[in-house]
Amino acid sequence: MGENGAGKSTLMKCLFGLYTMDEGEIFFNGEPVKIDNVKEALKLGISMIHQELHLIPYRSVMENIWLGRFPRKGGKRSPMVDHHAMHQMTADLLAELNLTAIEPTDLLRTLSVSKAQSVEIAKAVSYDSKIIIMDEPSSSLTENEVEHLFNIIRSLKERGVAIIYISHKMEEILQISDEVTIMRDGKYVGTWPSGELTTATIIKRMVGRDLTHRFPTGESEIGEELLRIEDYTSPNPRSFKNVSMTLRKGEILGIGGLVGAQRTEVLEAVFGLRLHTTGKLFVKGKEETCRNPHDAKKLGMALLTEERRATGIFPVLSVQANLLIANLKKYQNKNKLLNNAKMAVDTKKSIADLDIKTPSARTLIKSLSGGNQQKVLFARWLLTAPEILILDEPTRGIDVGAKYEIYVIMRELAAQGKGVVMISSEMPELLGMTDRIVVMSEGRVSGIVDSKKTTQEEIMELATKYVG
Amino acid sequence: MKVTAVLDGKRIKQMIMERAIFLVLLLLVVVIAIINPRILRLQVLRDILMMSSTKIIMALGMMFVILTGGVDLGGGRLVGMAAVISASMLQTADYVRRFYPDLGQIPLIIPILLAVIAGTLFGMMNGLIVAKFKVPAFIATLSSMLIIYGINSIYFNMPPNNSQPIGGLRADFTYLGSGSIGFVPVIVIFAAVVSVVVWIILNKTVFGKNIYAVGGNPDAAAVSGINITQTLVGLFAVCGFLISFSGVLEAARTGGATNNYGSGYELDAIASCVVGGVSTTGGVGTVSGVIAGVIIFSFINYGLTFIGVNPYWQNIIKGLIIVSAVSFDIRKYVQKN
Repeated sequence: MGENGAGKSTLMKCLFGLYTMDEGEIFFNGEPVKIDNVKEALKLGISMIHQELHLIPYRSVMENIWLGRFPRKGGKRSPMVDHHAMHQMTADLLAELNLTAIEPTDLLRTLSVSKAQSVEIAKAVSYDSKIIIMDEPSSSLTENEVEHLFNIIRSLKERGVAIIYISHKMEEILQISDEVTIMRDGKYVGTWPSGELTTATIIKRMVGRDLTHRFPTGESEIGEELLRIEDYTSPNPRSFKNVSMTLRKGEILGIGGLVGAQRTEVLEAVFGLRLHTTGKLFVKGKEETCRNPHDAKKLGMALLTEERRATGIFPVLSVQANLLIANLKKYQNKNKLLNNAKMAVDTKKSIADLDIKTPSARTLIKSLSGGNQQKVLFARWLLTAPEILILDEPTRGIDVGAKYEIYVIMRELAAQGKGVVMISSEMPELLGMTDRIVVMSEGRVSGIVDSKKTTQEEIMELATKYVG
Repeated sequence: MKVTAVLDGKRIKQMIMERAIFLVLLLLVVVIAIINPRILRLQVLRDILMMSSTKIIMALGMMFVILTGGVDLGGGRLVGMAAVISASMLQTADYVRRFYPDLGQIPLIIPILLAVIAGTLFGMMNGLIVAKFKVPAFIATLSSMLIIYGINSIYFNMPPNNSQPIGGLRADFTYLGSGSIGFVPVIVIFAAVVSVVVWIILNKTVFGKNIYAVGGNPDAAAVSGINITQTLVGLFAVCGFLISFSGVLEAARTGGATNNYGSGYELDAIASCVVGGVSTTGGVGTVSGVIAGVIIFSFINYGLTFIGVNPYWQNIIKGLIIVSAVSFDIRKYVQKN
């Protein structure tokens, strides 16, 4: 167990041979072993079920299970697949695991997420695995499906298979596991028998750290209401429902919660990037509609996305192009052509204002550090003169120094009377930077707390309120 | 009861959606047949089938590449190369302008083998470039399209031929393209045999299953220990083999060859695959679908001329067919948010 970013998945990927480790040793059955790639891991009897399933949608269950090891007609070197044997082997395997609802010939894409996951488990078992690593296997399952998963896990246990179960759902962990290892900030905290643990003790050990980051001091004056959303619900039943929150002038509002709490989804819906079935949007007390990012821009909103590389920067364009792209209309002359001089002035000003470290405005943004890329994105949105800034994990993948600079920018914006919403998975950042924190759990708002008065434990408890 | 009824309605709607382009084209076939029923005469249908045969072989080759989400743009030029290579060595002894004036009566199989070996090698080269250098298939084959055409033109321009169309092909060779056993054209038999073999490769061999896996989810294929390089090189080789074989038959069918043979055929092959339900995103496609796609496409091609549609309009109609086929295809596979 561990918080987001505690290093659980990374450690397991090392064990499975997907990542190579810089240091350390792996002991298997008491013997030191080297695992350089997935094949070696599988050969040793270690298999892994990933958060995103590795299955081929338009192929049958049996082909997915035996992929790479099809039984062949007449000897190992024969090119022909023995369908009859494969069908039989699959049926036996599924029967063994009590997965009789799945037919070997079913196409994967016709199966539910839960059944597809069962196929992955069956595949893992078919490798004769001694250890099966499951990375958040229950994250997309319903309660009944989780119960089914647990039944499979119990039967695997009886067969002598050891299971490493990664999760941040405490009830689940306490229910299914024998021992719990807790990690924090990439480090080992300890291992305890599940019987000795309670939800409270787990939380304490997961978050029990000193605030090592520093935050700019200073408070801004909080003014009138800027943005209010009421009762936002997604058409997807597994996504957000009945989310309401208010953002006021000069306020930094944090959105906390675990990965998968649908925080990004809600704010993307507010920004017009996602659909919502119910929900009202008020900007400065006036009801508005926002169907797409274009509307959002007109309403004075700006969104800094979580995936800086995928949905933020244009890597092969210059710093200047990246700065001005959301605001190009401003630089048109009467012939609709762009005015270079005006663009250069604003670029220079942005680089100076946010202290962007770049050799020149012509430098390609991809050669800048993550922190400076993020500052360019900040500057891009500031040029559109927004009043509401939505920041999704604004400091992710940025080093400590650059983080501080981003925090300073956020504080300045709040001081100017803008409203800032920050989604963050980093507890210290939430506590240190925001005025209030909306905590989400499984798509719902589980609490809104005052950042000055709350504790990490309280937030963690709220974050897991509807989990499990 | 009501719930199941709704579900059934939904399912029927989905089934129609998935086959929409197919149904539209069948409708077009019906319309053509109504306008001019003479197109349904056995003789005409046989002609259409003969025209389709080389295209079926070529489209099946193309399918291998499309199954992994790529295309082979060099296919048409490979048809030209295979046609020129085989035709250049298979002229009758008494023909005036022979490519090799002193060449004797060599066995039929040798030039054909040379042509398909050249095609297979070019295919393997494409596969290696795609697998090893991670060049998109579209770019790799765009380059080989130019290279193949260049090489073929140099060969074609060799004295004493000096870029003269190659004619006067031997009767045993042209028999492969235009002869028939009873009422059944030989070339149709070739297409049938190739179809069966391709079906076996794709459905009954490890290699075939691996192609679908690599095309359907490359990550899953890699995690399962499939040799992706080997699979890609193999499938491009098969593609090159089939396309050059169709080029040989094309020379035999038409009784001649020039370096411009086959120009643009790759686009027809891609279009037929797409119309026949091969997903351009990879991992989905059947032999029967491709065959149906080619035949329907040929029928419309032939039929539009038959009922006297202006050739410029024919291009517009074909373009519309392709773009709607791909739009429907993408609709099927893109998951809605």
